[in-house]
Amino acid sequence: MDTVFEYTRGMLPVNTTYCPGCTHGIAHRLVMEVLDEENLLGETIGVAPIGCSILSHNYMNVDMCESAHGRAPAVATGIRRAMPDKTVFTYQGDGDLASIGAGEIVHAAHRGENFTTIFINNAIYGMTGGQMAPTTLIGQKATTAVEGRKKEVSGMPLRISEMLATIDGAVFVERVALNSPANVRKAKRAIKKAFLVQQKRLGFSIVEILSTCPTNWGLTPVDALEWLKDNMIPYYPLGNFKCPEEVK
Amino acid sequence: MSEKVLMKGNEAFAEAAIRGGCRLYFGYPITPQNEIPEYMSRKLHTVGGAFVQAESELAAINMAYGAATTGKHVFISSSSPGIALMQEGLSFLASAQIPLVILNVSRGGPGVGGIQPGQADYRQATKGGGNGDYHIPVMAPATVQEAVDIIYNAVPIADEYRNPVMILADGMLGQMMEPVILPELKEALTIEEIRRAKPWALTGHGDKRERNVVKSLLLKPDELEEHNINNEKKYQRMREELVRYEADKLEGAEVVFVAFGTMSRIVDEAIEELNQAGIRAGMIRPISLWPFPNEAFDKIDKSTKVVISAELSLGQMMEDVKVAVEGRYPVELIYRTGGMVPTPSEIVEKTKKILEVV
Repeated sequence: MDTVFEYTRGMLPVNTTYCPGCTHGIAHRLVMEVLDEENLLGETIGVAPIGCSILSHNYMNVDMCESAHGRAPAVATGIRRAMPDKTVFTYQGDGDLASIGAGEIVHAAHRGENFTTIFINNAIYGMTGGQMAPTTLIGQKATTAVEGRKKEVSGMPLRISEMLATIDGAVFVERVALNSPANVRKAKRAIKKAFLVQQKRLGFSIVEILSTCPTNWGLTPVDALEWLKDNMIPYYPLGNFKCPEEVK
Repeated sequence: MSEKVLMKGNEAFAEAAIRGGCRLYFGYPITPQNEIPEYMSRKLHTVGGAFVQAESELAAINMAYGAATTGKHVFISSSSPGIALMQEGLSFLASAQIPLVILNVSRGGPGVGGIQPGQADYRQATKGGGNGDYHIPVMAPATVQEAVDIIYNAVPIADEYRNPVMILADGMLGQMMEPVILPELKEALTIEEIRRAKPWALTGHGDKRERNVVKSLLLKPDELEEHNINNEKKYQRMREELVRYEADKLEGAEVVFVAFGTMSRIVDEAIEELNQAGIRAGMIRPISLWPFPNEAFDKIDKSTKVVISAELSLGQMMEDVKVAVEGRYPVELIYRTGGMVPTPSEIVEKTKKILEVV
């Protein structure tokens, strides 16, 4: 009998502790499937910084280290410079990457560091319990913006992919979403390209993944997917912002 | 082969780290240690290493952490306010048990302070500038040669204890030129050597072993307590094995100075002047500031009337001196701060005044 489906060796055979409906599990699996398919699991070093993202090292079957909040791109830079022949990635949330780690991600991109960043944007702080992130949408409620985010108080939500795409060293920038099977397949293709860019040492690559946080959004898992489609995608348009000729 | 050369302190420190096996350096410009990143930027790529000018000290320490998780030898440097920014990383490295050699070419503080030599980072260095239960051994050289030797030997010490090791120098040592004998160049560790000696290192599991995880997050309090207690056993071993000091002219001394680094050199000259004036004086020179050389204070002679902590800070070391003296002798302070450095005569005059009242 032909095997038509196998669970990736990239994920350890354990249950995750993520909330019901959280899309971290899908994102983890896509990244690990890509590394498995490219035969890179044994040659990869991952960095998991603070936020729910730090839990990823419990599930990903590659060498990994934790990082202080926001510092993953600096940590990955150190690993990359020490280990020029390995595959290196960071797996970061939006509070981590877009707020406390904004400096580190900009300068890793600016130096054109040859690693890949998986950026989980769910427009909220998950692990600490639903505080406003730089990516929280106008009107979206958070525990530090109980009436919803206001432009006059907190400015407009930060579009990270668009910002990083302006930096020469960032050579692959794509935004995807995990709200439908079709988009999940597109997300995997983007992740594959991002790692291919790294394999070819073309520069910094990032995939921004629009994700759900049903717990802190106060929605059911299904409603959260709808909310992502109706609210996040209009403000954070999907698509590729930058892709080198070599991987097109 | 070893060779004797005339070198500026900062450049000698950088060369010592390279010769000790460090081929990775991450730094951010800050006075008075800029010659170190400059030297590394010229030199490291010629010996198969890498230099990165980080966007901040915060990034530099985290780059160093990342590089050191691979088991390779890493050296970084900064000066006082930059070292303050690195404390997040130092606490993280200590918890995650990652070796690193870090040099503080310290200057006057607090805040941005000034750029002249200071020792006011004593407390930051020895009491744990970051959060949580941890320690970092701190070694304080008094000459460029001693700094070179300490940096060179700090590499295996960091490995032995799987912990950062700090060298606390100051702007005077960093900026002065002295003749130094440079130690032999050590090769960088190969991946095979790392896999044998450092089974915890992130080298890629290669489908040959279980994956490695380097971490400092322990959400279950019983696990974190156990982790901290295990590390404390390691710190206890450091207290027993890493004490370094010199005790000079203690026999028959009326006055015993306690001074380290640049200040100990000035005190040395002051002791000569005092001897000429008929006042017998000696010195305990802590080389390890943590662990502090408490045992040296058992060697103080009954003839001693007063122990003087001489510092380029406002009595920060005196707190440790008092603990070490255990009330056996009066303890006084002679200091300059903010980047001011005393002359030997100034110390002599202040000592005479102290002797009038003890």
